[in-house]
Amino acid sequence: MTTDRYHRFANSPIGGVATKRLGLPRPAELERHEPGRPVVAGPVLLGEAPGGRLGDALLAVLRSIGAHVVVESEPQGEGARYAGLVYDATGIADSTQLQALHRFFAPVVRSLAPSGRLIVLATPPDQAGVPRAQTAQRAIEGFTRSLGKEVRGGATAQLVQVAVGGEHAMESTLRFLLSARSAYVSGQVVRIQPFEGAPPAPADWDRPLDGDIAVVTGAAKGIGAAIAQTLARDGAHVVCADIPAQGEPLSAVANDIGGTSLQLDITDAAAPQRLAEFVRERHGGLDVMVHNAGITKDKTLANMDAARWDAVLDVNLSAQERINDALRDGALHEGGRIVSVSSVSGIAGNRGQANYATSKAGIIGMVEALAPVLRERGQTINAVAPGFIETDMTAAMPVGTREAGRRMNSLAQGGLPVDVAETIAWFAARASAAVTGNVVRVCGQSLIGA
Amino acid sequence: MNAAPRRAAILGGNRIPFARRDRTYARASNQDMLTAALDGLVSRFSLQGERMGEVAAGAVLKHSRDFNLTRECVLGSQLASETPAYDVQQACGTGLETVICVANKIALGQVENGIAGGVDTTSDAPIEVNDDLRRLLLDLNRAKSPAARLKLLARLRPGHIVPVIPQNSEPRTGLSMGEHQAISTKRWGITRDEQDAWAVGSHQKLAAAYESGFFADLMTPYLGLERDENLRADASIEGLAKLKPVFGEGPDATMTAGNSTPLSDGASVVLLGSDEWAAERSLPVLARLVDAETAAVDFVHGDEGLLSAPIHAVPRLLERNGLKLQDFDFYELHEAFASQVLMTLKAWAGPLGEIDESKINVNGSSLAAGHPFAATGGRIVATLAKLLHERGSGRGLVSICAAGGQGVTAILEAA
Repeated sequence: MTTDRYHRFANSPIGGVATKRLGLPRPAELERHEPGRPVVAGPVLLGEAPGGRLGDALLAVLRSIGAHVVVESEPQGEGARYAGLVYDATGIADSTQLQALHRFFAPVVRSLAPSGRLIVLATPPDQAGVPRAQTAQRAIEGFTRSLGKEVRGGATAQLVQVAVGGEHAMESTLRFLLSARSAYVSGQVVRIQPFEGAPPAPADWDRPLDGDIAVVTGAAKGIGAAIAQTLARDGAHVVCADIPAQGEPLSAVANDIGGTSLQLDITDAAAPQRLAEFVRERHGGLDVMVHNAGITKDKTLANMDAARWDAVLDVNLSAQERINDALRDGALHEGGRIVSVSSVSGIAGNRGQANYATSKAGIIGMVEALAPVLRERGQTINAVAPGFIETDMTAAMPVGTREAGRRMNSLAQGGLPVDVAETIAWFAARASAAVTGNVVRVCGQSLIGA
Repeated sequence: MNAAPRRAAILGGNRIPFARRDRTYARASNQDMLTAALDGLVSRFSLQGERMGEVAAGAVLKHSRDFNLTRECVLGSQLASETPAYDVQQACGTGLETVICVANKIALGQVENGIAGGVDTTSDAPIEVNDDLRRLLLDLNRAKSPAARLKLLARLRPGHIVPVIPQNSEPRTGLSMGEHQAISTKRWGITRDEQDAWAVGSHQKLAAAYESGFFADLMTPYLGLERDENLRADASIEGLAKLKPVFGEGPDATMTAGNSTPLSDGASVVLLGSDEWAAERSLPVLARLVDAETAAVDFVHGDEGLLSAPIHAVPRLLERNGLKLQDFDFYELHEAFASQVLMTLKAWAGPLGEIDESKINVNGSSLAAGHPFAATGGRIVATLAKLLHERGSGRGLVSICAAGGQGVTAILEAA
């Protein structure tokens, strides 16, 4: 339940009328995932630009999801509402063909249901071939980002760039983006890499992490606790790690989800080895490493002492690098996944957070640098960049800053820790084996850093 | 059943930091603390919903309503409610005695795993109804007629309101443990300087162990407390020298609050299992319990000191195992009082020979950590097991003196 009072007011009968009359932002009630719920609750309208290469694969995925697929050629009755609008734009090879986007979406965009999903699939521009094709494919990003800002009622818009050879590796990503799991993710670009064959599909898509061993750092509270809970819900055995001083809430989180608590200061020189040994001894290794632990020590640079700089960089970035190095020595299984928590501050920068933003931008660099290296062992690395997420930390912010953070995004509200956790769970799934090198923002398409 | 008993494996432990009386845990009950210690162990070893072979624990100071303390804690914990549990009480030896109980059942193949532990609060202590009042109330309950009841009620006196407050004294001598030990201290000629130096060493070693992160997998913070409240990393001989003696009389008195353990609150638990169970759960074996010996002395009539039983237990234990006192890599000697340890070493030195002091209580002991009576055994066993595991080989001796003239001792061996 959100602590956002304005959100509750705007969604009350009186508040609804008032906000409409006054032209105030109306944050929608976002649908969120619950196990057992269908991925998409209503029909999905599927379209394609001529010459697209994803048609069959896309149809197969939507069938597997159990979606009621409607194709654009079928005449639709007045007032039809779509849970999803999915469009294969890989066939667009020239800027003049971009009009296909307009022709498909303009008539139906208003028919998107509350918390509906608009997804355009395209080719990574650098793989599109000739300059004109590259130009056209790059142009699509402007379209989806704008649509993210136009759609209402908690709907979102995304661009999925499917590399040539990645056609059969789309399912976990489409399941995530179409479902309520991606409630607070909008205006994002996700890239799917080439993959030989299809990534392993879970026996039960409600438990995509079944049998996996996951480590989550900073798991005692807030977003970290939500990550641990979400990974456990998805079937993983979660080793919940945090500094010894957080041992009490850490133990409660681990007991709540049937996981294991591990009191560990990740900045300790021996920590990487201890962690690697622990997972080897107790579980024979690990499948998922989630680097969530992070600290802030805000000051403008001129007022920032060395200790503030050093502590933030060490916890938020250097410790992750050391742990990655130790795990890559074998503790991280083949096909293992690393997920790191970056921040919108790392993308946009933030006054008073030079240390924090540097560390979080470093995470993005780490993802970009390690993704190709890890691919050799079938491993992936991705990052999430949370925007304004409702936690104890944001609840303690001054009202002005907090309200600005909440409203200055396409969904006009703050996200919940579970929204970050769901995104991490998507990256963490074995079925996401072709998803690597991505930094996905969980920010409701925040204006900051956009 | 196995022909030859197997040795129980010590797989780990958990305790809450120990608090000084009436401080951080002032309002925590024995049940609260032991449950917290159990739940911390459960999360460390992922034992949620597990039906354990048994849980044995106890407390020295116990409310009458806590007659089934350990079982109540199990029911309130994350363990399966089908886990049987029982209470043990052997004064300060309780914690170690529970380890021996569980280990013996594992050795005999009666259980595959179990948890041993102890808890004590000197803050949330039981206060009894005045004994005269208690008898009166019982008579009242037995009275048959209203007249008889009125007659009994007429016997109520204001003095009946004064409760009985539990005291740390021996019922048969009326002397407190400190007063008893003061007699022994004098008899064995243990000096003030020796005692203060021993106490300072305990603080320094415990502080160093915290700094090195030794307790990260042996402890779970509780009620915001992250380290033992009694620990003074900056303890100095000069500082301790300023304290006035609290036990013993006259100019010869040497025992102060600084070289005696404080009254404390806390809980500890130890996870034990068979090698098979440990392997099944992929839990590394830290150490094994080799043998144990408990002795008792006649401190009431004889000239034995109240806390001198370990002096007798250890030679018997060594002989049975064909070992010399020098055959150990670690000695964990519970520090009820600095003088108790020094006295014991002096007494052993004659028949058994001297031992290397640098191997004694390498990570500090009760003088620094505090001593919630029944929780001390679990603290010591888990600490020693981890020390042996880190060393990779070797043997450790545990010695704990207890009220009633008893002493519980045990040998642990690296796995």
